[in-house]
Amino acid sequence: MNALSKRRSMVAATFFVLLALCCIVSVMSGPVFIHPFTVVRTFLNLLIQGAGPFKVESADQVIILTIRLPRVCMAALCGAGLALCGAAMQGLFRNPMAEPYVLGMSSGAGAGAAMAIALGAGSFLGGAAVPVCAFTGAALTIFVVYSIARTDGRVPAETLLLAGIAAGFFLHAIVSFIKLCSSDEALRDIVLWLMGSFTGTTWRGVAAAAPLIVAGGAVIMSLAPEINALQFGEESAMHLGVEVESVKRILLASSALITAACVASGGIIGFVGLVVPHVVRLTSGGDHRSLLGLSALAGGVFLVCADTVARSAGGVMELPVGIVTAAIGAPYFVYLLRRRKRAVSWW
Amino acid sequence: MIALVRIYASYGERAVLGDVSFSVGTGEFVGIIGPNGAGKTTLLKILTGVKKPSAGAVIVNGRDIATMGRREIARMMAVVPQSSFVPPLFTVEDVVSTGRYAHGGARRITASRDDSLAIERAMLITGSEKFRDRFVCELSGGERQGVLIARALAQQPSLLVLDEPTANLDLRHQMSVLTLIGSLVRDHGLTAIMVIHDLNLAARFCDRLVLMHDGVIISRGSVEEVLTAENIGAAYGVSALVRHDDAVNAFQVAVTRIADHAHNGQESLEW
Repeated sequence: MNALSKRRSMVAATFFVLLALCCIVSVMSGPVFIHPFTVVRTFLNLLIQGAGPFKVESADQVIILTIRLPRVCMAALCGAGLALCGAAMQGLFRNPMAEPYVLGMSSGAGAGAAMAIALGAGSFLGGAAVPVCAFTGAALTIFVVYSIARTDGRVPAETLLLAGIAAGFFLHAIVSFIKLCSSDEALRDIVLWLMGSFTGTTWRGVAAAAPLIVAGGAVIMSLAPEINALQFGEESAMHLGVEVESVKRILLASSALITAACVASGGIIGFVGLVVPHVVRLTSGGDHRSLLGLSALAGGVFLVCADTVARSAGGVMELPVGIVTAAIGAPYFVYLLRRRKRAVSWW
Repeated sequence: MIALVRIYASYGERAVLGDVSFSVGTGEFVGIIGPNGAGKTTLLKILTGVKKPSAGAVIVNGRDIATMGRREIARMMAVVPQSSFVPPLFTVEDVVSTGRYAHGGARRITASRDDSLAIERAMLITGSEKFRDRFVCELSGGERQGVLIARALAQQPSLLVLDEPTANLDLRHQMSVLTLIGSLVRDHGLTAIMVIHDLNLAARFCDRLVLMHDGVIISRGSVEEVLTAENIGAAYGVSALVRHDDAVNAFQVAVTRIADHAHNGQESLEW
């Protein structure tokens, strides 16, 4: 075992511990403070089939189990999903600016959600109309972008990127137009949704998003060697034995699934998918066999923290989590860049 | 080992290869030479199965390459690319281990015994083991080329295809890279096909040469047969002297001037 793989195991262990700690701290904090022991006791009760050897006040238990825990789970899932997709997209396109939203999926989801909100469809489908429309919008976008870029059974990465940018701008125009036509109340809801938030997350939402994110994540992680081979260019990857076109298709489909599920659950939360993979790369190298898993862990930790800050920092008013991710993440990333100047030529 | 049979190729309407055939036997070191735009790169793409010819076939060990999967091809044939592109924050060992993909060994982060043996051996042969934990982006051009050759060797191929392996290397690294490939062919039974611009290096290291011009082969055979003043004049549009240099024990080419009847009329008018 060489120095770098030792370091990678250390980093992985650290992230696991951090994730557990963050989840506990996150469940503790909010408008009502809950003692950490109460949190741990509730978890233990849950583990031992609710037989309840530990006494927990019912009000605390309700807050923990029906309000905060689903929210923490969702934040962890979305953070992991977005960071994993970001790492995969940066690897696939060999471009440090790539991120989960690079193919216009965020704008597609935004258009779907804005339409649902503006039409006042909030209460349809048992209150799930907005996430369902956002998911549909994102999925339709990737489908259209992929079809535009496809020529002779091949999908050149550059064409795909450019088609994504074009679709993104077009959908962004639609969102702006919907905003312009909306009532004040709907406009406020749309703007808040676009900034991203986990307010009001239910277990039902977690149950809908989790299978998509976990399944997509497993597929992407299993393609780590293929993404590694792609780092030398598509032709070189073929020489190494990779069936490039089918790998590209599977990668795009899985990350589209994850991204659509994340955006539908938490709105458009930026920065996680772009920066978390870079931070992981700077600490433990670019090999995707470790990068993908570590990015997912780090993304989970990061978004749980950001969501905790979002609901604790502003007092009564809750901050959109998208603002928090950028406000915490950007300075930290700049600090890492400055500390490792020689690695700036990393791409 | 490998045979190209009546290959035609084109990009859209523009034909780039017309009726190209040649074969390479096991244990041969063959150089493909010719001016820019002669179709050497296209030929390599077809040879490695990356581009489909519009007519003709590539036969590897008796099988048509068009019927083989990429993984199967990669276990037989490794390519050392010309690219100067290196991925960010990949260590030398990470890069070499991607060579095990076709053998299924790039999947786990801890390699199996076969895989780590192949990786170790490839790094030792190319002298890359000294930098195993360094990032490839921090290495010099010559060291990077060594790493890419190590990656190809980790594939344990029987055929090595090299695209201008000495481009952008200094004199010492040019010699060490070609000496290494020469010894792989002689001592380890590998077969090598290399595109190369430097005729003197080609003459010194290759067993046979294939000279291309305008999408066709205008000469092939031993170094002595291919590197004649007439052939060089016809392909490159220069006047050249070819003589045997006893100091390096090989034929060497000295270009005297651009020929009066240059193959590219417009270029000579500008001169």
